[in-house]
Amino acid sequence: METILSIQNLWKIYPNGTVANQDVSVDIKEGTIHAIVGENGAGKTTLMKVVFGITQAKSGNISLRGTPFAPSQPSEAIDAGIGMVHQHLMLAPELTVAENIVLGVEPKRGGVFFDFDTAVQTAQETSEKYQLAVPVDKLISELPIGTRQRVEILKALYRNAELLILDEPTAVLTPQETEILFQTLDQLKEQGKTIVFISHKLKEVKRIADTVTIMRAAKVIDTKPASELSIEGIAELMVGHKIDLSRVAAPEHIGPAKLSVRNLNMTRDDGVEAVRKVSFEVAGGEILGVAGVEGNGQTELVRALVGLLPVDSGEILVGSTDIARLSPKEIRQLGVSHIPEDRMEDGVAPLMSIQENIIVDRYEKPDFSTWFRIFWKNVLAHTVGLIRDYRIHAGSPKHEISSLSGGNIQKCVVARELSADPDVVVASQPTRGVDIGSWEHLHSLIVEARNRGRAVFLVSADLDEVLKLSTRIIVMFEGEIVARFEDASTVTAQDLGPYMLGIKRQEESSATVSA
Amino acid sequence: MSTLLESIFSVEFFFAVLRVSTPLIFPALGVAITAMSGNINIGLEGIMLIAAFTGVIVSIYTESLMLALLAGVASGIFFGAALGYFHLKLKADIILAAVALNFLASGLTIFLLIVITGGRNTSALRSLTFPSFHIPVLRSIPVLGPILSGHNIMTYVAFLSVFVYYVVMFKTPLGLRIRAVGQNPDAARSVGINVDRVKLYALMISGVFGALGGLYLSMGYVSWFSRDMVAGRGFIAVAAATMGGNLSFGTLLGSMLFGLVNTATIYISSLDIPSDLVQSIPYLATVIVLAIYSARNFAPRKRKAGSAHHPENEHHEKKP
Repeated sequence: METILSIQNLWKIYPNGTVANQDVSVDIKEGTIHAIVGENGAGKTTLMKVVFGITQAKSGNISLRGTPFAPSQPSEAIDAGIGMVHQHLMLAPELTVAENIVLGVEPKRGGVFFDFDTAVQTAQETSEKYQLAVPVDKLISELPIGTRQRVEILKALYRNAELLILDEPTAVLTPQETEILFQTLDQLKEQGKTIVFISHKLKEVKRIADTVTIMRAAKVIDTKPASELSIEGIAELMVGHKIDLSRVAAPEHIGPAKLSVRNLNMTRDDGVEAVRKVSFEVAGGEILGVAGVEGNGQTELVRALVGLLPVDSGEILVGSTDIARLSPKEIRQLGVSHIPEDRMEDGVAPLMSIQENIIVDRYEKPDFSTWFRIFWKNVLAHTVGLIRDYRIHAGSPKHEISSLSGGNIQKCVVARELSADPDVVVASQPTRGVDIGSWEHLHSLIVEARNRGRAVFLVSADLDEVLKLSTRIIVMFEGEIVARFEDASTVTAQDLGPYMLGIKRQEESSATVSA
Repeated sequence: MSTLLESIFSVEFFFAVLRVSTPLIFPALGVAITAMSGNINIGLEGIMLIAAFTGVIVSIYTESLMLALLAGVASGIFFGAALGYFHLKLKADIILAAVALNFLASGLTIFLLIVITGGRNTSALRSLTFPSFHIPVLRSIPVLGPILSGHNIMTYVAFLSVFVYYVVMFKTPLGLRIRAVGQNPDAARSVGINVDRVKLYALMISGVFGALGGLYLSMGYVSWFSRDMVAGRGFIAVAAATMGGNLSFGTLLGSMLFGLVNTATIYISSLDIPSDLVQSIPYLATVIVLAIYSARNFAPRKRKAGSAHHPENEHHEKKP
């Protein structure tokens, strides 16, 4: 097979001195699916940004079909037949599918006017040619995320892309949607397209890729045919040591219920029902996992549990106190911790220091302050202790928290929340966007909290995480609990999928609360 | 009071509403097009003032209406582009840059007024004005005729501009790009669109609209230039466009709502009420209307006019 893209001895150093790519060399063969795997910050996305002309390398050579290639902006890469599907989809939400596809190369009528009909027609033709079904005259905002992603792929194909780069495309998809994407990619490969697939989900890499390049700490560790690698093998090369992907053992002792939700109903600001008749209990010493496609009421439910959103009706009991109308501070004082899904928005104040972010929930304790001053020495000592105990990689507690990597910011949040000695831990997407090393470490912290008798309520879009950690699992769809699995150890992702998509639901009788 | 009601429901009143709305419709369209590209333009106040001044001076010295028009529009484009240069190239905050532009406009026009005409507050010389225009068939229709016919030609241009705005926004590639840039600049960038350039074009077009509004003020509404004669219309335009969801017909309605209030104020001032109080009515109305509007939209920004962006649904966006 021909080499379509060859990267030789590429160096990329960011202005702040971060070395993102160190002497990287990769050959990508035409008509294959080539996975680039690595932890967050390993440099895989940066490498592809260089190829796509979003950023430029310091030194090194790229050649495309044997000719030197150094795009200074994305349009040059597009013209050379490269398409990129970004992690965050690049679509205008209030334009139609067809308009998004032709944007930048619009068909014209009379030389001046935008020809909407031709746009719809060509979008339809492209969609049929590549057998990627999309409703071309619908608005992007009306479409589910899997379909939006297909629009992104079509956008690239419409511009005659021969080489498609997909940056973590499955991060937002359900298992079923992921499978559909993979069928699409297989099909595109058969049509002669080359696909570069960036991921840190090893199962998927194993399923889809012909060749795997493993990156760690800005360097290429190895490139091998996928058939010669096992999932454990890739993980080991990625992290540099052995990784445990198996499920955690069930808890030895489960105590009485610490968090009980009964008949909870919530309405979103736009009048849509967000949470409907939701009831469940979480006992001390267990992890209740919530599976579901994002946007099916999990966010609202979590925010109600910690007092950030009002409820319409129903009870939320912590111990025997109804917290449904209490403030977040009062709820915290009752022993509820919150690991929020958006750490930069709700978890930390990005421009403040690590120590300030750590004491934000406890600065009023006599150890840390009186009414007019803060004892910074004690704060510092406390923070240093947490940085050590939670293995946070940080220069100094006085550094701005946003100078840390995503995984380490999340560890700061988790350190604060778990060290508050809670009875109930509400964890929403606790490992979103963190690398596999931090993933594993955060999991061990959550399991440890469970083993100390805390009730853990876990919401995650990462099914591997839900399956790995949960004692019991509930599935949410359109604001309702549509399935309950009392023993998570026998459940698979395939079991959960149909419920997550609303294709199946358990009978109402079994969907009642089990004490 | 009954005489007031009588005079408000008169043909003259509605004729006046159209007249008073004209210098709001133009800048509101300017606000709308920049808003569509993702920027808030509060600089139309200054752009209008400069164009109003430029038009008067050029018309006095050249005695050519056409040259006055061209010079005014050119000044609008220039200062729209200047705003773009400060914001897009030099990365200044667009609100700050626009505030600076407004102060510059106010000071510069007064300074030049004194230097050129010697007048301290108003231009001593009479400006040329745009002609009024009777629409042949329309004028003979009872009630509607006297309301719609006989306006200054710029009033008709204003209504035509609403239609032009609609065509540019929804029927040209530039409009599509402006909307894409406003909704998701990264999406536009990812397909090779020069986002800053599109935003600059939007600002320059908004300068054209603003200039037309300013020209009408000094060369139609009245026939002279006086200091700070725009009197907040550039800001009321922001409210009008926002209420109209930055869509063509909505922006027109928003502008006319404020035009209606302003006209009513003129009528009310004939009553025995302190004039300072009466003059505060339009601004009070702006506050009240915006309060009602934003209370209704307090829900996290989920565009109410969303589906109207859909070209298929544009049919309810009627021609004016």
